[in-house]
Amino acid sequence: MNDATPAPAAPAAPVFLRGIWRENPVLIHMLGLCPALAVTNTVANSLAMGIATFFVLCGSSFLVSLLKRFIPHEIRISTYILIIATFVTVADMSLAAFTPGLHKALGAYIALIVVNCMILGRQEAFASKQSVGRSMLDAVGTGFGFIIALVMMGAVREVLGSGTFLGFSVFGDNFEPWVVMVLPPGGFLTLGFWLLGLSWWTERKKQRAAAEGGAS
Amino acid sequence: MNAPARPEVAPWKLAMTLAVAGALAGLLLVFVDQVTRPKIEAHRRATLKDAVKEVLAIDPDAGDGSRIVSVRVDDAGLELEPEAQYEVDASTIDRVFLGYDASGAVRGFAIVHQQMGFQDVIRLIFGYDPRTETVLAMRVLESRETPGLGDKIEKDAAWVAMFDDVKAPIVAVKSGERSAPDEVDTITGATISAKGVIDIVNAALARQELAKRLAQWLQEAGQ
Amino acid sequence: MAELLWILLSAMVVNNFTLYYFLGLCPFMGVSGRVGTAIRMGAANIFVLVITSTCAWFLNTFVLEHAPYLRVISFIVVIASLVQIVEMAVKKLSPVLFRQLGIFLPLITTNCAILGLAIFQTNRGYGFLEGLAFAIGAGLGLTLALILMASIREDAETADVPGIAKGTAMVLIVAGSLSLAFMGFAGLLSSA
Repeated sequence: MNDATPAPAAPAAPVFLRGIWRENPVLIHMLGLCPALAVTNTVANSLAMGIATFFVLCGSSFLVSLLKRFIPHEIRISTYILIIATFVTVADMSLAAFTPGLHKALGAYIALIVVNCMILGRQEAFASKQSVGRSMLDAVGTGFGFIIALVMMGAVREVLGSGTFLGFSVFGDNFEPWVVMVLPPGGFLTLGFWLLGLSWWTERKKQRAAAEGGAS
Repeated sequence: MNAPARPEVAPWKLAMTLAVAGALAGLLLVFVDQVTRPKIEAHRRATLKDAVKEVLAIDPDAGDGSRIVSVRVDDAGLELEPEAQYEVDASTIDRVFLGYDASGAVRGFAIVHQQMGFQDVIRLIFGYDPRTETVLAMRVLESRETPGLGDKIEKDAAWVAMFDDVKAPIVAVKSGERSAPDEVDTITGATISAKGVIDIVNAALARQELAKRLAQWLQEAGQ
Repeated sequence: MAELLWILLSAMVVNNFTLYYFLGLCPFMGVSGRVGTAIRMGAANIFVLVITSTCAWFLNTFVLEHAPYLRVISFIVVIASLVQIVEMAVKKLSPVLFRQLGIFLPLITTNCAILGLAIFQTNRGYGFLEGLAFAIGAGLGLTLALILMASIREDAETADVPGIAKGTAMVLIVAGSLSLAFMGFAGLLSSA
């Protein structure tokens, strides 16, 4: 949880797996909170936002690691942002062309992928220092982690806030939806309670491990 | 910053690199835009056409003889276009649509307008018959009102149906107090959004006396 | 005039940038329990937002009409460069002001509130003055949220909360309650 900077020769599997859970960008590092809270009021929106971000992250990591030798150190951040912004615009136009409904639902938040600190963070911390292959592994892992976190948010908010999952009714007609869950406060509360649950779980695991260690 | 002594790079070289990167990014975007734009525009036209058909309650594509034409609106006057164009600037209302039913009689105009609602811009379309000064039907095309409250302007079918055959200009009354043919209820918990919709319809008809001009134009055309 | 006031008020409390649109969360989550820092951070934000709004209006009116697909790139490049220039100018002209606000400026440029403002302003078709009112309202709203959060944290530091709730989880739940409270401001406009 605290070894955020990767060792230069870490084996491939951990590079890939790290971002998915143990160093999940949203749940552990608190990066990319803006989309994680803003568009997760349905599972479909969460998935779409996750996939768009995934695409931008992988594309940027690929280009940055490929071109890292040609990017002067002084202007690296500007260049990363330029690359990210290009991919975001491509994602924006593609969503508008192929899935207009989702494009409408995500609205301005697609463009805001540019300022998702998670993406810039991966470029600065990983892609700018590592080979293309490893950067892609890292990007895919982190991207999956982001999708998982968003869907976790979206699932809770849609089920409680609208009584549906991916549009299908879960509780039947008698369920009075907790409208607040699909509203902005619901975003903050859902993530807060997820974190609470996760840290409770980690704590318990630690205590068990300690108890077992003490017994043996 | 504290990295092991990097060779100094000349500023012009930095600027060059950025300029080249910018140019490449621009080129790529122009290319993607070329590919996606026709699709995006085709979808926009199709959505608009469907909405026009819906508020005028006719379907020319069914081959029953009904048809839709588009009329260009500007300061000079109204002008019938040789072929229906499904493009419209919703803020200025630069185009309206005129529908004829299966018997060839005028059904009414479809007008698209947008204004600021409670959260964000609300864009809507409504059918209007200038001869009887009646709104035929209304549909919200785009809004970002609060889910569960303000979005009832889109999702509450009973409320949307209140715009069927209501006299213009519309008067907003409290929820459940509708009694005259020119009245529409507001929605409890979404008063501003509901009033916003009513205001947009009225504003569209009042904009540069659109309602009057439509009636006049129709009369001159002898229909 | 009433229109401008409405835009300002709406951006400040009813649709608060942080608590409703989730923009500018990084400083909000990271703000320490110091009200003074929160105020200065907010002031720096207002400053950058006003610059952004002017830039966005200029670009939209004179440059981007024919190339909307370059919007995101040009917004972010122009805003980042301009903030950099302003930062240098402030450093030269008023070292005192720079010490107060300067350290926040580079951070703010990559803050989503800035790009968010530019994009919202464009989508809503705001003119120059409307954009300005929107920027000031948004900035005041951010400042308000930062101050509220900082003062709550000041108290929370001494409160006895369960170990697992310490840190981010509690901040988020507090933010949720604040957001819920701010929704009440909607009534402010419906009675008007």
